[in-house]
Amino acid sequence: MRINPKYTQWGAVTILTSATIFTILILVFIIFFILEKGLPVLGLSFLTENPQEMGKAGGIFPTLIGTIILPVFALLIATPLGISTSVYLAEYTKETRITKVIRFGTDCLAGIPSIIFGLFGYIFFVITLGFGWSILSGGLTLAVMVLPTIIRTSEEAIRAVPNSYRKVSFSLGASRWQTVKKVVLPNALPGIVTGIMLSIGRSIGETAAVIFTAGSSLRIPSSVFDSTRTMAVHFYILAREGISSENAYGTAATLIIAVLFVNLLAYYTMHRFIAKRS
Amino acid sequence: MEKQSSAEYIINIKNLDLFYGKFQALIAVDMLAQKNMITALIGPSGCGKSTLLRCLNRMNDLIRGVKITGKIEINNLDIYSKSTDVTELRKNVGMVFQRPNPFPLSIYDNVVYGLRVAGIRNKTELDEIAEKSLRGAWLWDQVKDKLNHPGLELPLDQQQRLCIARLLAVQPEVILMDEPCSSLDPIATMKIEELMIELKKEYTIVIVTHNMQQASRVSDFTGYMLLGEMIEFDKTVNIFTRPANKLTEEYISGKYG
Ligand SMILES: Nc1ncnc2c1ncn2[C@@H]1O[C@H](COP(=O)(O)OP(=O)(O)OP(=O)(O)O)[C@@H](O)[C@H]1O
Ligand SMILES: [Mg+2]
Repeated sequence: MRINPKYTQWGAVTILTSATIFTILILVFIIFFILEKGLPVLGLSFLTENPQEMGKAGGIFPTLIGTIILPVFALLIATPLGISTSVYLAEYTKETRITKVIRFGTDCLAGIPSIIFGLFGYIFFVITLGFGWSILSGGLTLAVMVLPTIIRTSEEAIRAVPNSYRKVSFSLGASRWQTVKKVVLPNALPGIVTGIMLSIGRSIGETAAVIFTAGSSLRIPSSVFDSTRTMAVHFYILAREGISSENAYGTAATLIIAVLFVNLLAYYTMHRFIAKRS
Repeated sequence: MEKQSSAEYIINIKNLDLFYGKFQALIAVDMLAQKNMITALIGPSGCGKSTLLRCLNRMNDLIRGVKITGKIEINNLDIYSKSTDVTELRKNVGMVFQRPNPFPLSIYDNVVYGLRVAGIRNKTELDEIAEKSLRGAWLWDQVKDKLNHPGLELPLDQQQRLCIARLLAVQPEVILMDEPCSSLDPIATMKIEELMIELKKEYTIVIVTHNMQQASRVSDFTGYMLLGEMIEFDKTVNIFTRPANKLTEEYISGKYG
């Protein structure tokens, strides 16, 4: 017996809608939960003061610095490298066994738990190269960690640019590089930015890969060879060592707001860019 | 003597074979196109019209596994010789595609794209050529007040003329058109046809068309192709009134395709 399409339609809509509502509710609940616990301690002094007694009292100023500087460092390295690789893969090579291996490799790398990157960074950057626990080691480790994401999202975005644009560009006497620069990349930008955003989010929230490589010093770093502590690591230490749960939630709340802010900013700039172009 | 007679022809295709991998799409094609004339290529779907057209600006180079033998001379220069600068060739032999395909940029930026690529930065020069090209494509009056608007906002027929303007801006000698009217309505088609007749004063045009009326209306010479071969090439009047080949006659009279 066939079920009346009206009912299946009704059933599908119900299931899909409830799934969506459920997801949003969970998200809202988590954010609400953390903000509720964290907002009371959050204030200007919490952001601008140095921590005291390992973070039991005082603010989180140095971790703010660490949270900004590590992802920035990582993305400064990973973005040009990742975009270049994706341009190479999507525009400059034919599909061969080697590109398939590269693609498979990046997919595998993207799925590796971050603690593995932490251990790799520790052994390679901290010990072997002798960078110690430092912004340098941490930044490079994060860069390696987010590189696959940037490569894959950029490559998808580049491949999604209609081929007719390339054809026209070539037919007007443009070289491949000019075509990439003037037509392909601008049109792939929204997708590329999405990948970068994801990567920034991941680096900001990362603990395992950072704690082994950038350390957890609460002093304000004066060079890339100094150790630093990010908010995520700070939260982790405060919570795990039972130092101060209020300050832990305060840190978490700051973190969430920061991530939200970065995302909103990125979407805003991107939409302005798109609006300007078309 | 030989040299002199070929000099009035701007395009000279000799014994051209083209393979897509193992599949031979063009078989021993010969064709001569005269300067300031419109040459039409007709024939049933899949006979190799577009392929032949793409040989003339080496767009086939972009397709994997294409192998070409034979010779194509444009202005007496072998365009497949090692010393050919492909980007120069493509500026000289421009192409209008089947679907209007402006970039998602403003009208102005579309028109000057080729100039910018060629390294021209001077604003007055760009403005001048942009206006001249848009006038040349009969689009200036419609868009002169909205050069900053997106090219994709224009109606389809204006988009196609924008693509023509973008092409004129790089000052080609030859314009290749691959079914340029197939996505346009009859009125817009007429307009493009009139434009083509105007353009041939300055340019040499090779057009691929499915529309035999169009070929007979606009072209001076017509080539009938079938399964990769150039069955007959002659003055358009001859092809349509007294074709020499029986196959051409069958196609013209609608027995085929
Ligand atoms: N990139 C390609 N790879 C392999 N074969 C191709 C390719 N492009 C075209 N062909 C084949 O070459 C033959 C000629 O194709 P072409 O597109 O030149 O025909 P056409 O006359 O322009 O047809 P239509 O009128 O449908 O546009 C066809 O059999 C087609 O399948
Ligand atoms: Mg075709």
